[in-house]
Amino acid sequence: MIEFENVAKHYPDGTVAVADFSARLPAHTTTVLVGSSGCGKTTLLRMVNRMVDPTSGRVLIDGEDVATQDPVKLRRRIGYVMQHAGLLPHRKVIDNIATVPMLNGVSRADAHSRALDLMDLVGLDPKLAKRYPSQLSGGQQQRVGVARGLASDPNILLMDEPFGAVDPLVRRDLQQELLRVQSELGKTIVFVTHDIDEALLLGDQIIILAQGGEVAQRGTGTEILTTPADAFVSQFLGIDHGGRALHPQSSSTGATILVDGYGRAAGILSGALPGHTTGTQP
Amino acid sequence: MRWVVDNVDVLASRTFAHLAIALPAIALSVLLAVPLGWLAERFRWLRSPLLTGSGLLYAIPSLPLFVVLPLVIGTGVRDPLNIVIALTLYGLALMVPSVADALRTLDSRVLDSANALGYGPVRRFFTVDLPLAGPTLLAGVRVVSVSTISLVTVGAVLGVPSLGLLFTDGFQRGIIAEVVAGIVLTVLLALLLDRLLVLVGRVVLPWTHQPSRPAGAAA
Repeated sequence: MIEFENVAKHYPDGTVAVADFSARLPAHTTTVLVGSSGCGKTTLLRMVNRMVDPTSGRVLIDGEDVATQDPVKLRRRIGYVMQHAGLLPHRKVIDNIATVPMLNGVSRADAHSRALDLMDLVGLDPKLAKRYPSQLSGGQQQRVGVARGLASDPNILLMDEPFGAVDPLVRRDLQQELLRVQSELGKTIVFVTHDIDEALLLGDQIIILAQGGEVAQRGTGTEILTTPADAFVSQFLGIDHGGRALHPQSSSTGATILVDGYGRAAGILSGALPGHTTGTQP
Repeated sequence: MRWVVDNVDVLASRTFAHLAIALPAIALSVLLAVPLGWLAERFRWLRSPLLTGSGLLYAIPSLPLFVVLPLVIGTGVRDPLNIVIALTLYGLALMVPSVADALRTLDSRVLDSANALGYGPVRRFFTVDLPLAGPTLLAGVRVVSVSTISLVTVGAVLGVPSLGLLFTDGFQRGIIAEVVAGIVLTVLLALLLDRLLVLVGRVVLPWTHQPSRPAGAAA
């Protein structure tokens, strides 16, 4: 379990990234921190592995204050996946994945065989092992990033907008892949995104942040969708103008399509076209 | 041409002497430039003195430097060590800014990612920062190498053996072939060393020589 106890982050120039944030992130579940840029979500994520130290307050992992731990050792036991994958461009895919185990002193042979297993887990062709990151597509790089984050079998996986830089189709693939991997491994995942749909899909718990790390609402996706706490949350969810209220409408082909409050076709009514049940958009 | 054939042994020994001065000077300037460039990049207040200082080194005319150095460090006037030290200083003038630039322009996202993985500062410098600075450093080393090979010849004016002795000796004795041989060999040596550095770069920096992503690579 990860606990934030009244953490704040002030910068010397007077910027307040996080004013006062507290939360409990239960073990073996995915907590999504979601909000617009400047809400402090990345700052909060980076407090867990001491990439950022809070100005005040504490971050606890299983009851232990991270501030008392050596940052380098702490980071080696916490998986980290970032936007643009952050792969080391001068090391082959397999060496990138094997990085943390090798920093931890695992032999090269063992680390490589583990890396190959992980490539399989995240759906990467083992033939890519000897390539350099620049020789992979964006989606493949992101998969390598996830495999690398899992390499030392950490209890905690920090994911900072990991799918933000890939195109929507690939992103959907990666999201499904993450759900599958998580159902197998049951890590404690902290996931940062500005995409509310991604949050609703992946989060067991969702924390919607306003500016300065202020919690606008927290809860499961269903709770947030059905009882948004205030106008800000409604707007963020896109339900303020009926954005998520779907109305059936007949199309020229005779099928019934569902249209949202913006007049945007959101999907097809399941059953209206027999056998076409997969046409709904997230 | 006849002179060249008759004096192959002289040419070989001059070439050898030339390399014996140039190679240590190149190696020393690169080895010393890495910590100095790191300091210039790491500590802002050191940046200006180090970069301006090393730049000024290059403004010192070479001949006076060759003459004054023995007085400062107590070596003989014809000691090749003078030339090695002087050329190391010139090499530093070129390499220190090159190292500082190379380190400053590294992709901060990659370095951030290395920190997040749990690289300690020393390990990160030697296994991430330095290799990634490699291509820029190599470009700097190539300039230093060509410049050093060429500057070694100035030592001939003081009688320090190198390919430069072929110019001075040939000029004094009116042997055009000797002067031409000296120039050609100096240029060839510079080209050869440059090619060699490029090859070393391919071996040491393999990721910079990969065909980029294959067309149509899917996710």
